[in-house]
Amino acid sequence: MGKTTVTAALARAAALSGRTVLIVEIEGKSGLSEMFGQPELTYEESVLARGGGPDGAADVTARTLTPDDALLDYLADHGLNRVSRRLVSTGALDMVATAAPGIKDILILGKVKQIEMSGRFDLVIVDAPAAGHAISFLRSAAGLVDAVAVGPINTQATDVLAMLGDPARCQVILVTLPEETPVNELVQTAYALEEDVGVSLGPVVVNGLYPHLDGLDTDPAAVAGAARGTLDDDLLEAVERAGTFRRERTEIQTAQLRRLDELLPLPQIRLPYLFTTDVGPAEIDQLAHALLTQLPDLPALDGAAP
Amino acid sequence: MTADLGHLVADHDIVVCTGSGGVGKTTTAAVIALEGARAGRKTVVVTIDPAKRLADALGLEGLTNTPSRIEGDWPGELWALMLDTKGTFDDLVTKHATEPGQAERILGNRFYRNISGALSGTQEYMAMEKLYELHEEHDFDLVVVDTPPTRNALDFLDAPRRLTRFLDHRLYRVVMAPTRGIVKAVGVATQAFLRSVSRVVGGDVVGDAITFFQAFDGMEQGFKDRAQRVLELLTHPTTAFVLVTAPRPDVVNEASYFADRLAEGGITIRALIVNRIHPRFTNRSATELRALAETRHGTELADLLTNLADFAALADTEERHLEGLTARVAPAPVVRVPFLAHDVHDLDGLATVGSWLFSPDD
Repeated sequence: MGKTTVTAALARAAALSGRTVLIVEIEGKSGLSEMFGQPELTYEESVLARGGGPDGAADVTARTLTPDDALLDYLADHGLNRVSRRLVSTGALDMVATAAPGIKDILILGKVKQIEMSGRFDLVIVDAPAAGHAISFLRSAAGLVDAVAVGPINTQATDVLAMLGDPARCQVILVTLPEETPVNELVQTAYALEEDVGVSLGPVVVNGLYPHLDGLDTDPAAVAGAARGTLDDDLLEAVERAGTFRRERTEIQTAQLRRLDELLPLPQIRLPYLFTTDVGPAEIDQLAHALLTQLPDLPALDGAAP
Repeated sequence: MTADLGHLVADHDIVVCTGSGGVGKTTTAAVIALEGARAGRKTVVVTIDPAKRLADALGLEGLTNTPSRIEGDWPGELWALMLDTKGTFDDLVTKHATEPGQAERILGNRFYRNISGALSGTQEYMAMEKLYELHEEHDFDLVVVDTPPTRNALDFLDAPRRLTRFLDHRLYRVVMAPTRGIVKAVGVATQAFLRSVSRVVGGDVVGDAITFFQAFDGMEQGFKDRAQRVLELLTHPTTAFVLVTAPRPDVVNEASYFADRLAEGGITIRALIVNRIHPRFTNRSATELRALAETRHGTELADLLTNLADFAALADTEERHLEGLTARVAPAPVVRVPFLAHDVHDLDGLATVGSWLFSPDD
C-alpha cells in the first residue's frame, strides 16, 4: 500500500511547514531510512532529513521502538530495574506477553504516549503494523484494561486509551491503493477501528494514482493512427498499447475511488503514481508537496497506516 | 513470457507458498491447487488469510476448518479450507491428552486461550500442523498451503518447535518446580521472581499461567514428537517451496532474506513467482523515447511517447530489482505474472493467472 512511503511524505510535509516530527518505526526493515539515504534506524533518535534552508523547514527525526526495549524502559521507570534484566534475559517477556496478550503493544503505545506527553515534537508519526494487525495493535489498550484489573499496566493502558480516544491528540491515517481488494480491506479496517478502538480517523490516503495526461483524453489508437508514416510502426503500436493500458488502469482507479467514497464517508487525499519503485528524497518531497496542497491542517499526533 | 510449473503439482505431495504479505500469495496458492485438480490429483488448498481473499477467489462464502469441495470440470478433485488457528490447536490438545479431563482443563484455561489465539508463531505452527494432518490422516494427493504474511521466514519453519521450546523454557521449569518437589531453595527464588512479575501484570495472569503449565504436564512429549515429524515432512523432497514476490525493492529484499533462511534450513526453492509485473511495451530506451517526445512537444503524441517512456523506465527498474533474487534462487524457474486488469475473484480468474504458470508450449 506504500504506508512507509506515505509515513515519510507526511513527516516531510509537516517538517516543510515548520513542525518538528518524530517517526516511530515499530516493525523494522521498513526501508524508511533508506528512502532518506540514511543508515538503519536504532532505538536512539537520529535525524533523517535536516531542516533549515530558505523555507525554514524543521528536522525529521526517527527511531525504532521494540517491545523488549520498551519493557526495559518501562521497568526502569517503575523502579523495577532489579528484575528487568532477568525478565528479558530469560525471555520471560514472551511468557508475560502470552499471559496477557497485547502487553507488547501496550508497552509500545505507552512509550509513544510518553514521547507525546514530553512535548519534544510537534508531531509523532507511528508507522503501524498492516491492516489486520493494526486493529489488534490499537485494541490492545482496551483489552488490557479489562484483563489486568489493577497495577501499573492497567494505569498505562488507561492512559493510552485516553490518548487514542482524543481526536486532538491522535488520529489514524489509513493508506490504500485504488484497487478492489485494498479498498475492501481499508473499509473493513476503518469500521473496525472506529467501532472497536474508538480512535478518530483522519483523511484516507489513496496512493499510486496515475496523473492526468492531456494526450490520453483522445483514443491512443487514433493518435497513433494519425502519426503513421512519421514514426516506425512497431513504435506506434507500443505507443498505442501503453496508452490504452494506462487509460484502462485509470478507469479502474477512478471507479475504485468512487466506490471508496460511497463506502466510507472520509475525505480522500490522492497521491500520484511516481512510475518508479525507487523512492528517494526527491520522490518523498514530491509526495510531501502533494500532501500539503490537499491537507489544510495536519493531524495532531499519531499517523498509523495499513 | 510463460513457464511450465507442471512438475510442481505432478511430482510433489505438498506445495508451500511463502513470501511477504500483499504479493498475491493466496491467489498463487489457489492457482496451483486448481492446476493440481486439473492434473487429476485430489488436491486441497489451505488458506490462512484473514481477509478471506481465497474464499472470494473460489466463490466460496465462509470456508471452515474442514475441507469443503469445489465442484468443477476437472479430472481430479479440488478442496479448500480456511485455517482456524484455535480450533486446530484445540484438536491437537484433545489428541494428546493423556488422562481424562486433562483436555477440558486446558481448553478452559485463560492462559491457554491466549496461547492458542495470540502467541506469535501459533498461527504458523497450526498451519504446519494442519498441513501434516491433511497429508497424513486424509487421502489427499496434494496439499497446497498459503503461509501467514510473516516478516520472519523462519517463523513457519520454526513454528512447530516454537511451542515446545516455550514449554522447555526455564521459567516453565521454574514454575513447575514446587509441584515436583525439587529443592526448596528454587521455590523461594521462584516465588520472589513471580511476585515481581505479578507486580507488573497482576496476580491473576501469573496464576493462570501456572495452572496452565500444571494442566499441560505430561503432554509435552506428544507435542514434541509430532513437531519433529512435521519438520521432517517439510524438509522431505516431496515438499516443494514456492517463493512469491512482487517487483518492489522492499518485498524483493524480504524475498531474498526468505531465500537465504530457507537455504539455511536445507530447503530448496522450486519456483519463484513474481506477481504484478508491469508490461514492457517496447525495447527502446526511456531516454530515446523522451528525446523523441521532446521533438513533438505540445502534441498528444508527445504525451503518449512520454507515457511509453515512463513504462519503459519502470520495466527497467522492476527487472533490475529482480536480478539478484533470480540469481539467488537459480536454477529454480522464475515466472513473471503481469499486472492484471482485474482482481481475481472466480475460477476463471484463477485459470487466467494459471495460464502464466502452466504453459508447456513456451
